[in-house]
Amino acid sequence: MHLTKEEEQIFNGEFGEGIQKAMELLVAIGDAYDAERLIPITRAHAASSGQEGDMYFVELLAKGGASCRVPTTTNPVYDMEYFHNIFEIPEKEADVARRVKEGYKQIGAILSWCCTPYLTENIPLYGEHVAFSESSATPYVNSVIGARTNREAAQSALAAGVIGKTPKYGLHLKENRKGTLLVKVEATLKDEFDYTLLGQYVGKQIGYGIPVFTGISRRPATEEFINLCAMLNTSGAVPMFHIPGFTVETQTVEDAFQGDVREDKITVTDKELKQTHEELQGASGKIDFVMLGCPHYTLKQVEEAARLLRGKKIHDDVSFWVCTSATAKFLAERNGYVDIIEKAGGHVVPDTCIDEPCWHPYRHKIGVTDSPKCAYYRRFREAVVIRLKDCVEAAIKGEWG
Amino acid sequence: MGGYGEGEALVSHEAICFYLTDPKTGVIREKGHELEGRSIAKKVLVFPSGKASSVVQIDGLFKLASNNVAPKAMIVKDVETVLVVSAFIAKVPLVDRLEKEPFEVIGTGDFVKVDADRREVTII
Repeated sequence: MHLTKEEEQIFNGEFGEGIQKAMELLVAIGDAYDAERLIPITRAHAASSGQEGDMYFVELLAKGGASCRVPTTTNPVYDMEYFHNIFEIPEKEADVARRVKEGYKQIGAILSWCCTPYLTENIPLYGEHVAFSESSATPYVNSVIGARTNREAAQSALAAGVIGKTPKYGLHLKENRKGTLLVKVEATLKDEFDYTLLGQYVGKQIGYGIPVFTGISRRPATEEFINLCAMLNTSGAVPMFHIPGFTVETQTVEDAFQGDVREDKITVTDKELKQTHEELQGASGKIDFVMLGCPHYTLKQVEEAARLLRGKKIHDDVSFWVCTSATAKFLAERNGYVDIIEKAGGHVVPDTCIDEPCWHPYRHKIGVTDSPKCAYYRRFREAVVIRLKDCVEAAIKGEWG
Repeated sequence: MGGYGEGEALVSHEAICFYLTDPKTGVIREKGHELEGRSIAKKVLVFPSGKASSVVQIDGLFKLASNNVAPKAMIVKDVETVLVVSAFIAKVPLVDRLEKEPFEVIGTGDFVKVDADRREVTII
């Protein structure tokens, strides 16, 4: 890869060890893809995870004096103050979380601790080159917004945020953004949960690829897009998709394939969605917890949970959790939604991911969630995947089914 | 990802997820994997590609490296961003796009030297 004089100096360590490491990583990636050069980016999102690999890299950069050159947001770890009052967290794990948080602060990231930064904290515009890691974030900014990012890891996104550049390869190039197969949707998509099932099914079928959806007749709502993105990129590795007319880059199927329409196709009917849901449902019976907000619930979803819980009482044996962003929680408090959920016996917690050690007490427990992504992490003995309204009903009754 | 590593080759025709190995021993624990029960520790690992989410893949290889049971080098067919980052964090030399198809010329048990800086692989 060709480096400018300044990039060469960074690579040789003339501006310090932290930024040098960031450049080394970008060069390794650029070389792997035969990228000709680096291109400027406007923003980044690092899918920080509070794990040891994450801690190692952010400390390596931060201690070496690196700092973010473009706005770089962070993914959730967990709200330590909130959980320390409720559960016991082993000191070793608490220490990793503390050091990760300190590292990102030191490096000058925007401490959003949120997995849906594209809604409020860090919003790309159409055509911007960015580096966004995190399963729902990569396909959302590529498809719904029309910004350009590769399927980044936390560390490559952070390195790009520090350098303010990324290698020119993959989805930064228009020709690589064309569809790779057609998905004919014949199923009826009633609500955001149906989009969850659609994403789960299609991701699993295709693995890596850029699907082009036809047959979706109504413009998907924000939450429906979020769920589709999260599941396509969890059950599969889908960094981008097209729904001609509704995602921004394409109006027609022909456009979406850049003229190269593929014969490969899969068809999704109500039957496939029903089967997908059945596989995720598990056995009925007593439950210990309800886990919502994977990806982080939007303000609208927090409102919906509150509406369903208004005047109700969650069963004494059930813990009820809603994970959301700090911004959405602030507004949910102001609007009285948090109060309603807490009066019913539930929690609304910011800054927290489902895949964190703070959930240890539920390791051997059974619960319900509306997210297959939440169940996939296997933090729990079992997490049955059902609609939000069924989750709330189960919370009140203390059992599902 | 540059560097030098040598050791006994271990060939997998299936994709590898480092998170599904025992972090203390490097033994593959993935159910039904063709190398289930075999250790990747200190081997020159030959495989088609990585898989699974970036977080688990990177943390998986990092943990192996911390316990000194990571592969000595990796030879892959399809490289992608997450695999490059994993190799970088764990400091494991990684090569791809070799002149010859690695699956045709390298067999499990061969002694292999990998010079990733020069993209050179030598079979002894």
